[in-house]
Amino acid sequence: MNTESPIIRPTGLDIARIRADFPILSLPSNGKRLTFLDTAASAQKPRQVIDAESHVYEAEYANIHRGVYDLSQRATVAYDKARTKVRKFINAASDREIVFVRNATEGVNLVAQTWGRRNLRQGDQIILSEMEHHANIVPWQMLREETGLELVVIPITDSGELVWEAYEKAFTSKTRLVAMTQVSNALGTITPMAEIIKVAHSHGVPVLVDGCQAVPHMPVDVQALDADFYVFSSHKLYGPTGVGVLYTKAKILEAMPPYQGGGDMISSVTWAKTTYADIPQRFEAGTPNIAGTIALGAAIDYIESFDRQALMAHEHALLEYATERLQALNSITIYGTAAEKAAVISFAIKGVHPHDVGTILDFEGIAVRAGHHCAQPVMDRFGVPATTRASFGIYNDFDDVDALIRGIGKVQEIFG
Amino acid sequence: MNDLRELYQEVILDHGRKPRNFGALPDANREAHGHNPLCGDKLDVRLLVKDGIVEDVKFEGAGCAISVASASLMTEALKGRTEAEANALFEKFHALITGEADVTLDQLEELDKLAVFSGVRDYPLRVKCATLGWHTMHAALENNGETVVTE
Ligand SMILES: Cc1ncc(COP(=O)(O)O)c(C=O)c1O
Repeated sequence: MNTESPIIRPTGLDIARIRADFPILSLPSNGKRLTFLDTAASAQKPRQVIDAESHVYEAEYANIHRGVYDLSQRATVAYDKARTKVRKFINAASDREIVFVRNATEGVNLVAQTWGRRNLRQGDQIILSEMEHHANIVPWQMLREETGLELVVIPITDSGELVWEAYEKAFTSKTRLVAMTQVSNALGTITPMAEIIKVAHSHGVPVLVDGCQAVPHMPVDVQALDADFYVFSSHKLYGPTGVGVLYTKAKILEAMPPYQGGGDMISSVTWAKTTYADIPQRFEAGTPNIAGTIALGAAIDYIESFDRQALMAHEHALLEYATERLQALNSITIYGTAAEKAAVISFAIKGVHPHDVGTILDFEGIAVRAGHHCAQPVMDRFGVPATTRASFGIYNDFDDVDALIRGIGKVQEIFG
Repeated sequence: MNDLRELYQEVILDHGRKPRNFGALPDANREAHGHNPLCGDKLDVRLLVKDGIVEDVKFEGAGCAISVASASLMTEALKGRTEAEANALFEKFHALITGEADVTLDQLEELDKLAVFSGVRDYPLRVKCATLGWHTMHAALENNGETVVTE
């Protein structure tokens, strides 16, 4: 592919039109065109999602699963429809396998606190990778404190890939779970999830997939993957904050004890005995984020209105172009050079702390993440306290990459 | 670009690149460890205090230009001061960069070189960087051996 010319649009997507869907992109940042390169932290929202959420409050709002009146029924139908959209989006077998939570973090905590507490004992082992987000580390450490289980951490290579032999050899008679990310938010690495799951299943071990960074950028089929648990957040998928999804195979979910107690998750309550609702309601205590969940459905509709292969090709073209231009600069180190990568580039500029990079880029209207990306073990692995990260989404174009490169020029000018 | 130079003044860049009083202080009798979990900045501040006077002060660690330069300029400003003066200077510095209180001309004069950090007040997220060294120094004087966390 010719990456010299920033105007190549090999995908046939009309990025200018996509950009027009995102109101925030037309607002200046520090007086400049906003160059938003922090989609991996949270994505901006298209008009379609914003409208869907306000429409709920303007025309369709009432609590769900309660009232017999028309509004409540309409809200309930819309909420349930969102569950069906999510189910189809990740190709789950049944709506019953989709649990709505607050975010991916809560999804992992739910599994740790229900499935984990019930099934894990002292000496049992969970396999993780060295590139997990804190969301897929800390809940297991908390459970470790309670139960005395062990965390087995699979190292990554200098390019940020899973050390495959180490993974294959990590299984013992004590292994009870593999909890791993499909795409690293700090390095961009796409892990071979289908293979990872195949190996785990050959040992009879279930797998929890952290799909936060995967779902927005590639089609995901939980049945084809044969994932046992799969978590992701709406806000990284161009949907609202405050909604996350936990997919769990029905067979497993049915055997899990409830997470939180309260309304909506019961079938009957008496002082003597309470029986719990069937899945997935058993895991959705209390009034959920009704409008946000419905708007997540709109985000899914939005993503699916595009050819997803074309979206992937576009983001990949941005990744290649940005990587090439960064590599052409002096004094830049890129962390994460896996063969299979999502459009995330973590880098360091020699002699300049990422926080200073972030502040100077901000002056140029460029939003990047500077920090440890909630993946401190990854930073330790590469011996840096933090990196600067540019991550791309559906609305980024080649001008954004050019702006980043110009911004880095400014950084080097000031710190030169 | 002008604004940028206001934040990243030459003095800050210079002290960020070549921090003064950087390194160990074997005969220190006060020390604390400072940590900003948000960005991973880590600083150790060590002081030698005799008869209530800061005779020597050094720091070690890693961080952004703002936090390193601030700690460096702080060490220069503290030597020879009494503990009470050191803490009072911290308060003034804090007022300057958080914009919490108006800083009088007299105070500005007293802050001397430290006034280069006044640009930080426009960047709420960077205030922690500029104060990390100071908080750590303060903790060393008050509670020798503590870890301070700014976030
Ligand atoms: C790979 C990965 N896992 C988990 C999370 C946690 O997501 P949330 O904060 O939405 O729960 C993130 C978000 O930063 C992520 O990138």
